[in-house]
Amino acid sequence: MSQQIDYNDRPWLDPDAEPFIKVQSVSKHFGDFTAVDSVDLEIYKGELFCLLGGSGCGKTTLLRMLAGFETPSSGSILIDGINMTDVPPYERPVNMMFQSYALFPHMTVENNVAYGLKRDGVAKMEIAQRVEEMLAMVELTQFRKRKPHQLSGGQRQRVALARALIKQPKMLLLDEPLAALDKRLREQTQYELMNLQEKLGVTFVVVTHDQEEAMTLSTRIAVMDVGRFQQIGTPTEIYEFPNSRLVANFIGNANMFEGRVSENGTDHVVVESKDPACNFYIDHGMSIQEGSKVWVAVRPEKIKISKQPPGETSTNSIKGMVGDIGYLGGTSTYRVLIGDQRIVEITSPNLNRPKDGNPPIDWDEEVYLSWEPSSPVVLTK
Amino acid sequence: MSTPAETVVAEQTTTQDRLVHRLTHFLQYHWRTLVLLVPFLWLLLFFLAPFFFVLKISLAEYTLKSPPYTDLIQWADEGVMQIRIVVDNFAYLWDDDLYVNTYLSSVKISTISTILCLLIGYPMAYAIVRSNHTTKHILLMLVILPFWTSFLLRVYAWMGLLNDQGLINDILTGMGFEPLRMMYTHFAVYVGIVYTYVPFMILPLYANMEKLDWTLLEAAADLGAKPMTTFFTVTLPMTLPGIIAGSLLVFIPATGEYVIPDLLGGGNVLMIGRVLYNEFHQNIDWPVASAVAIALLLVLVIPMMLYQHIQAKEVESQ
Ligand SMILES: Nc1ncnc2c1ncn2[C@@H]1O[C@H](COP(=O)(O)OP(=O)(O)OP(=O)(O)O)[C@@H](O)[C@H]1O
Ligand SMILES: [Mg+2]
Repeated sequence: MSQQIDYNDRPWLDPDAEPFIKVQSVSKHFGDFTAVDSVDLEIYKGELFCLLGGSGCGKTTLLRMLAGFETPSSGSILIDGINMTDVPPYERPVNMMFQSYALFPHMTVENNVAYGLKRDGVAKMEIAQRVEEMLAMVELTQFRKRKPHQLSGGQRQRVALARALIKQPKMLLLDEPLAALDKRLREQTQYELMNLQEKLGVTFVVVTHDQEEAMTLSTRIAVMDVGRFQQIGTPTEIYEFPNSRLVANFIGNANMFEGRVSENGTDHVVVESKDPACNFYIDHGMSIQEGSKVWVAVRPEKIKISKQPPGETSTNSIKGMVGDIGYLGGTSTYRVLIGDQRIVEITSPNLNRPKDGNPPIDWDEEVYLSWEPSSPVVLTK
Repeated sequence: MSTPAETVVAEQTTTQDRLVHRLTHFLQYHWRTLVLLVPFLWLLLFFLAPFFFVLKISLAEYTLKSPPYTDLIQWADEGVMQIRIVVDNFAYLWDDDLYVNTYLSSVKISTISTILCLLIGYPMAYAIVRSNHTTKHILLMLVILPFWTSFLLRVYAWMGLLNDQGLINDILTGMGFEPLRMMYTHFAVYVGIVYTYVPFMILPLYANMEKLDWTLLEAAADLGAKPMTTFFTVTLPMTLPGIIAGSLLVFIPATGEYVIPDLLGGGNVLMIGRVLYNEFHQNIDWPVASAVAIALLLVLVIPMMLYQHIQAKEVESQ
């Protein structure tokens, strides 16, 4: 988890905190197609905010409206209290790192990085010094005289970052900053990006469609679906308390059960599911009308799997048969068949080395699945 | 045991196989050479051979015979071969102010025309590239459309427009203005050249801009560059190859242009193409005419070679 903002000092929980960026009911239409649909968003100073969503859901469009490349069809965008809706990109205190990096191919690394400062009419001496510092920070000093086509993908990415950061923008927009890198480099760069952000204190808005990346990087995530936000929250909130089936499925895996509320107590609800036949006793109470149709989501790692039946078998437990085992070393993924059709996924850490080489639970064995009353999440949509 | 006849057959097939094998081998490794051979032969036949022919004539002397120049290789009485090279023609060109001035005038006219073509063609190419898919194709068609009628016919059409009693002057006098003298002036020649050669500027520029990465312009704007600055720091350097290609395509043929200065410029506009024509057809001085042609080639080739040299150096330094 990143440490950009102190745990006890979360500005979005403070009703008096003034957001740094305010997006107020912004829509963007292309012809009769709505790419962004009346979106509201508040981002605070120093945040590393992720826009997460599937392909074509409008992430880039929203980011481009923040940068000034697209004008909203309606609504307004305030940055640091100033209405920026119609301000052209070259007058915004915002810089962007492009998905394709968009480095100037006819300029050296050095001149690429210096470009923004030259436009501001900064003195030559100061430009030289700041470029020097910036190149040292992204470890590109020895490549200063090269042209972009003479660099590797990772080096280009760092040039793009340096070029965008050298103007000390109030906010940096990053459109899939790591998408062009291979997996190892991507993981390493994630941490570099976080360290840099922490060091400079610049507000980052990152677009990504990689949920792991979003979870690692961000202070908060906005999950987007066809032009709208489904949920905005910290990575923990989004993972542990998704507000819809869509979010639960999009972030990590979830076993989804359809059922009806059979009991609505003060500190708990009971949901009765038909397929598989099972009662869910859930102790973090939300008040839901008895008899209403709901979905229960249980994360694979929150289900225990064992060959012995748990103490009480009518609630929070089902019996099934192991259909498939995916051994991943540290953990194993079991796909357990309940009845003929229904498959429930469980991930379980491999705590002990099997003595005789046989796995503790084998294919086609009968197993009991059980979970804590706090584990399931009730979803109404 | 095989009979002798069988051996012969076997040997034949092996030699055949070997031949086929050799041929395929040859094709495999030399197909590039073969492909290049075609344009190479073409150039040899239609450019280099005539060039050396003209070069030979330019080094001869005018005589009253047919063809009207002395032979390069002559046989003296004792059967000794003599090669006579005369550089007088070139010296004559250099000494006579008429020729030097004509070259300078040609280069000046084609330079100004090239700049005008660039100023008109660049925004047009830009507009075409930035327009949407269907408009783009219509606009490109319009650029190419004039090529579908005869070049000569189009120049005559301009004469009809620019004449003292032409369409433009008719309209002007009809509106009560004084008629303008446009025909047989430098103005008319510029109009003709720019009109004719502007597509040669637009097409290479279009091809170049079509490949341009437009996010670069957004990146420049994002870093604080106003539209003008973006143009001079990003767009212009990125489209330089198109500008150079287009300019060469306009400059080279415009310098040697004959029809336009002859029809629209009359005797008032000095251009090398007309001088060449006069030497050849009126003075029937083939050697001097050839020298004029060779000198023209030098005027055109030297700047191109300089450009090539500079570019090669730039590539090296990268
Ligand atoms: N200039 C445009 N004209 C018309 N439609 C557009 C334009 N730009 C984007 N769109 C449409 O708007 C929708 C959202 O596009 P956007 O680029 O914001 O998606 P995205 O979330 O960034 O997707 P990805 O993850 O694939 O980059 C898409 O359906 C796209 O086709
Ligand atoms: Mg995108």
